Amino acid sequence: MSEHEIELSVNGRRQVVRVPARRLLSDCLRHDLACTSTHVGCEQGTCGACTVLVDGAPMRSCLLPAVTVDGCEITTAEGCRAPDGGLGRVQRALVRCHGVQCGFCTPGMVVSIVAFLRECPRPSPEQARDAVAGVLCRCTGYQDLVAAVLHAARPDGGEGG
Amino acid sequence: MTAPHVGRPVTGAAAERFAAGTGRFLDDLGSGAAAAAFVRSPHGHARVLRIDLADAERVPGLIAVFTYRDLTGGAREPLPVLIPHAALHSPRTGLPLADDVVRHVGEPVVMVVAVDRYVAEDACRLVGVDYEPLPAVIGIPAARRADHLVHPGVVGNVAACMVQENGDARAAVSAAPHRLTLRLGVERSAAMPMECRGVYARPDRDDRSLRVYSATQAAASLRFALAAVLDLPADRVEVVAPDVGGGFGVKLVHPWPEEVLVPWAALRLGREVKWVEDRAEHIAAASHERGQQHEVEVGFDGDGHVQGLAVSFWHDTGAYTPYGIIVPIVTSTQLPGPYRLGAYRVEFRSLYTNTAVVTPYRGAGRPQGAFVMERTLDAIARFLGADRAEVRRRNLIRPSEMPYDQGLTFQDGRPLVYDSGDYPALLDTALTRSGWRDFATRREREPGKRLGIGIACYVEGTGMGPYEGARVQVDTSGHVTVTVGLTTQGQGHGTVFAQIAADELGVEPRDVTVVSGDTRRFPYAAGTFASRSAVVGGNAVALAAREVRAKALRVAARALGAPPDELRLADGAVVANARAIPLATVAVLANPLRYAFDHRTRQATQFALDADPDRPPLDADDAPGLDATAFFSPIRSTFSAGVHVAVVEIDPDTAEIALRDYVVVHDCGRPINPAVVEGQIRGGVAQGIGGALHERIVYGDDGRLRTGSLADLLLPTAHDVPEITIDHLVTPSPLNPLGVKGVGEGGVVPVMAAIASAIEDAEGIVLDRMPITPAELWELRQKHGG
Repeated sequence: MSEHEIELSVNGRRQVVRVPARRLLSDCLRHDLACTSTHVGCEQGTCGACTVLVDGAPMRSCLLPAVTVDGCEITTAEGCRAPDGGLGRVQRALVRCHGVQCGFCTPGMVVSIVAFLRECPRPSPEQARDAVAGVLCRCTGYQDLVAAVLHAARPDGGEGG
Repeated sequence: MTAPHVGRPVTGAAAERFAAGTGRFLDDLGSGAAAAAFVRSPHGHARVLRIDLADAERVPGLIAVFTYRDLTGGAREPLPVLIPHAALHSPRTGLPLADDVVRHVGEPVVMVVAVDRYVAEDACRLVGVDYEPLPAVIGIPAARRADHLVHPGVVGNVAACMVQENGDARAAVSAAPHRLTLRLGVERSAAMPMECRGVYARPDRDDRSLRVYSATQAAASLRFALAAVLDLPADRVEVVAPDVGGGFGVKLVHPWPEEVLVPWAALRLGREVKWVEDRAEHIAAASHERGQQHEVEVGFDGDGHVQGLAVSFWHDTGAYTPYGIIVPIVTSTQLPGPYRLGAYRVEFRSLYTNTAVVTPYRGAGRPQGAFVMERTLDAIARFLGADRAEVRRRNLIRPSEMPYDQGLTFQDGRPLVYDSGDYPALLDTALTRSGWRDFATRREREPGKRLGIGIACYVEGTGMGPYEGARVQVDTSGHVTVTVGLTTQGQGHGTVFAQIAADELGVEPRDVTVVSGDTRRFPYAAGTFASRSAVVGGNAVALAAREVRAKALRVAARALGAPPDELRLADGAVVANARAIPLATVAVLANPLRYAFDHRTRQATQFALDADPDRPPLDADDAPGLDATAFFSPIRSTFSAGVHVAVVEIDPDTAEIALRDYVVVHDCGRPINPAVVEGQIRGGVAQGIGGALHERIVYGDDGRLRTGSLADLLLPTAHDVPEITIDHLVTPSPLNPLGVKGVGEGGVVPVMAAIASAIEDAEGIVLDRMPITPAELWELRQKHGG
């Protein structure tokens, strides 16, 4: 099996890794780079738990061979924390609004919401629902996730009352 | 005084870890372990003629390949029948690896162990298995016809037959002024947690022990099961459930074949082995539920009072019965719901089919029971031209009739006695919150739209035994650790148990750490299922914390020279009038020491204590530390209840079904954490919506699985689940000290029934089965003349 050396920037850190051509980005992140927040729920591109940001855009990492993102910037849930290492704005909103139950879809939700709010910083409730519609959650019924999107989008950064 | 924490929407530490991306799920462990993968049957029913391993064995990186012939000891035996029952006359379970016959798609045939999963799957693809296909038995009609048998010698494919009766129901039906007959059906769906199953085994050759991590709902029981199957002393086996990404019942079954095979292979190979299930395996090889067909005879009077109800149903149990007949027992006993039936008879048969095993999925047979009862009441209302809600009201058990004995035996082997509840108040509140009475006006305001409103009620037996336990420890920093034997899969146990302990001990929930699902820490437990953890585990936590509180007061009383009844616990201290002694200090004083190792412990050594020289440092009936273990064993289940109202809007052309409103009014006794309660309810309703409108597991008549991916099996997305309005009524349970009832499953129970009722109301077409898709509704319209 031919191996390729690729260079990724993962959560702002340069990583050089040798991977077989068929190695999925999800496996590369999880097993080669120990970014275990990238969860694999279906390996078919349906559930969205493995969503990461590739150059800022949400992508299913279980559908991308790692070699196809050579040179890209990858952001996982670990990379959505605040500069001080604490929870980032979206992460805090998810906790506060009870949008986290089993936690398995949560990293995919975190990066999806972060990317969504960059494009749509003041979403309506309908738009907030769109923000989480690309990731399946079997626990919450989505309502608390929608609330978290709206909370994170508040002008005070979700920090007030 | 510390404010009470029980009753508040506290958030927990686990949510912060998960949001940060630092959860530790099964596949996050064991990065150096060898990877297991399985060759599974592509056939529903076939004889295994020959297995050719030659090509697979040449794959570089392969470690081992195992077939049934290689297995040893208990791994060669059929898997356990977890819940034997006298009515289960023909129990059958599979072998960990199939020997001569496979009985469903996905049944494991060959186990491959390799350096990583990619290589293991390469080898799986090179294993040659010759099968002789046998006729597959798919679906309840084929199982009843029994032209072919799933198991030789199991006549009629009948695994179990059971009858329960309260009064002479058939005579009551015959004598009633009005009678109706209904045939109703529910099709297959499944729990589908976002994390699939997984097992990681670590043998330790030096001390001949085995640690097994599993994404399980029943760590303590899995430990004893593995010790038995692998013939190891239980004290050499440890089972740990790490963070588990949802369960909803499927992870309760144990040991799964893979839970035997992975530890067996790890011991055989003397190295760590891990198997992480993929979604295709999960859909084919884990468990399903819901498939039942019912025949109902009901007799009632002109007011709609049910005088007799006789139900016969057939339950599709899949290829094996590892979990016995719990699902149909629950259906048969929870079917009467909150209603006083003149007489009730239920008879069921569990039928083998060549499909994945059927074991409890959230609701565990109740959604089918509620569907049947509520469809029946809608049929009565239609027959009489009466309001559907009014017919329900007339049949509801009244608060003055509590406790109410349904005259049946429940799934815990105990009498089915409703402990408390106010069902008419639930109904009234639901009608008010949903605008039931003004719905005709709403319809007129929205002409051109096909709107419908539906209602369904349920009762859920929760919090059954046998027991759960908890250990509460206060360490010398004042930090509290609560350790429970049950497991957690996202239900917020860490939060609610911390709230309970915090209130008992006068500390903040953030000062309490909750440990669960680790047999090294707490060996005795039944597990997390049947909406029981808050009830059984929560009360165990309260009881253990109360013991710790009593000891803290005793120790502090001695230190302060004050009588214990003048002391109280608050703000992390024992307080007496103007004086206070921190809980940390009390913890030090509660453990007489020989050795000091920091400034705190200096206070507790033998030369520092102002102790009575004529008494031993530890009283005869005492133990060291602020440390207590308690168990709670309920006398029987406690019964939650609720009413759901759904409003649908259906496209007149495409028959697309949209949920406009959804109202839940429920009573789970005293809510420990309303946000956790509401999260459980919303998640349950979402799964109910899936089961009503989207999800269906389909097998072809040849036994092949037709819905093998999440692209076929349509789990609801954020666009499929509406905002859910929730109202709580509180009738404390008299059966436990906290007065709580379970809420883990209630949300899912009446959803199919409420949505069917709403669609029927919108369309004027009788629905007799679920799920229903727009295409099926469109077909129904054509059949009924558009």
